[in-house]
Amino acid sequence: MRLRKTVTPLLFLIPTLILLILFVLFPLMNTVYLSFLNKEDRFAGLENYEQIFDDQLFWNPGNLAAGRPPPYGALIHNGIWILIHLPLSIFSGLLLAVLLREVKGGAIIKSIVFLGMVIPMIVGGILLRFIYVNDAGIVNGFLRAVGLGSLARTWTAFPETILLALILGTVWIWTGFSMIVYSAGLEGIPIELFEAAEIDGTSCWRTFWRITLPMLKPATIVVVTMTVLWELKIFDIVWVIQQGGPQGASMVMTLLMFLQAFLYQGPAQNYHTASAIATMLTILTVGFAAYMVYRMVKI
Amino acid sequence: MNVNKIIAWLRKARRLHVRETFVNLRHAKKLTILIHVIAWSASLIWIIPFLGVFMASLRPMQEIVDGWWNFDVFSPTFRGYTIAWTSPPDAPLSRAILNSMIVAIPSTFLPILVAALGAYSFARFKFPTRDLLFLAVVLLQTIPQQMVIIPIFFLTIRIGLWNNYLGLILVHTAFALPWQILFLRNFFSVLPVEVEEAARIDGASYLKIFYRIVLPLSLPAIASLVALQFVWVWNDFFFALILIFSPELRLATQAVASLHGRFIDWNVITAGSIIVMIFPIAMYFALQRYYVRGILAGAVKG
Repeated sequence: MRLRKTVTPLLFLIPTLILLILFVLFPLMNTVYLSFLNKEDRFAGLENYEQIFDDQLFWNPGNLAAGRPPPYGALIHNGIWILIHLPLSIFSGLLLAVLLREVKGGAIIKSIVFLGMVIPMIVGGILLRFIYVNDAGIVNGFLRAVGLGSLARTWTAFPETILLALILGTVWIWTGFSMIVYSAGLEGIPIELFEAAEIDGTSCWRTFWRITLPMLKPATIVVVTMTVLWELKIFDIVWVIQQGGPQGASMVMTLLMFLQAFLYQGPAQNYHTASAIATMLTILTVGFAAYMVYRMVKI
Repeated sequence: MNVNKIIAWLRKARRLHVRETFVNLRHAKKLTILIHVIAWSASLIWIIPFLGVFMASLRPMQEIVDGWWNFDVFSPTFRGYTIAWTSPPDAPLSRAILNSMIVAIPSTFLPILVAALGAYSFARFKFPTRDLLFLAVVLLQTIPQQMVIIPIFFLTIRIGLWNNYLGLILVHTAFALPWQILFLRNFFSVLPVEVEEAARIDGASYLKIFYRIVLPLSLPAIASLVALQFVWVWNDFFFALILIFSPELRLATQAVASLHGRFIDWNVITAGSIIVMIFPIAMYFALQRYYVRGILAGAVKG
């Protein structure tokens, strides 16, 4: 009986442990290990990490400092992605969540906005390319309709525009997530708070800033965490549209890692620098997630 | 203070109040209309691209070039769907859809079974290092796919599971375990234990309790996992791209990406896109409540 008590939990856990060790834990440690070896399988210290920072496709702040258009390198592109995409998708999700509560047919609109989260990201990328294409794209159709036809172009074909076009496009794809989380957050605010504010004659605006927004803080932490992780790990969309081009202007970390490990031929092909990129990406995602969980526990 | 004065004061207050609500009502009505206008026009931004893809998938290329919103000439055709479905002949999209089914269905149910066993162990048994082990398992869900793919690539080649669905299914299963275990453990820990204890006294084994009592009670949670995991596996591109190589074995996401590379005809590309995305969308609408609940429960963990 005593033996069964200790063996049973283990039996239930064995399939989990085998799979996790074989396909997650072991590969994880192996990737870290690979990132410290050179191509001759000798210990190389931080050489690979230095090498990726010498790679213009990974780190190219010169263009940014000189005010020139992209490419700025994958790391900076991911950073720009976060800087622009995060506030915009939070704002549009919150706006839709607040507005659609009051609107007839709001549930239907929510389902449609949320579709961006349901479709494959490969299809999401194709969809974005389609709305940006010069003649058939709705974006250019709209520009021509409002008399800005001179601006019309295939937005994903030029290094100057592709990064911003993709970032704005992914706001469109990702808004469904923040909208759903904020909607649930709004449902969770006790109605008495709003009633009390109304009796006190508080204005809508003030109610929003003083009651709604502070009560949504846990939802905001969730949205920020998941959105930043998604922005760091973005791959499919960039791959399907221009494979990081033109001229590396839409290169991101995951894609550069993939190219170096699996697509490049000859000397450019390098599992070790690719592992170094993957390790840095993981430090960023795990570090950020851990920090946000710590913030969440604190409130 | 005399009574008349009080009554006069009350009347005045009431009049004021009435006027105030009247103003508020008019104000509120205007506001409601404004909110509807803003909300519906914002929503158009989300509806139009889907509408565009749908219209383009039904119209020949020369009409799409003029804008799918332009209906001067409108000659609907299924040509795009036919070409997308049957091209290329040696590994058509129809085959890729079937392949995705073959991968997605086991990759949906296998992890749920494994995760349920593991989560039950974490929720019901006390054993040394349990909490530490649980924390370690949960932490693994923040690991990006890129972090494990190079060693997995070599490992699957070495054990003969590269370019093989079993390898892909096992990788999907392992990768799904951390969040599913967290989700199910939270669900199990609020189930009443009294029934299980009674069954225990009647001499039922732990395994029997697990599949006769716990699993049936967990159907709502399992529905969330089915919806999310099926969509996640169907939509995955990265693992498939590296682990599946032969054209005839390629999955739907790979097929639609290659369709996009081979054709410049938007009629064919959009038709292929619709064929591929209709499956996760159908799953979402079929299990919408569970899907959203799963997203929210998964999201709360951070």
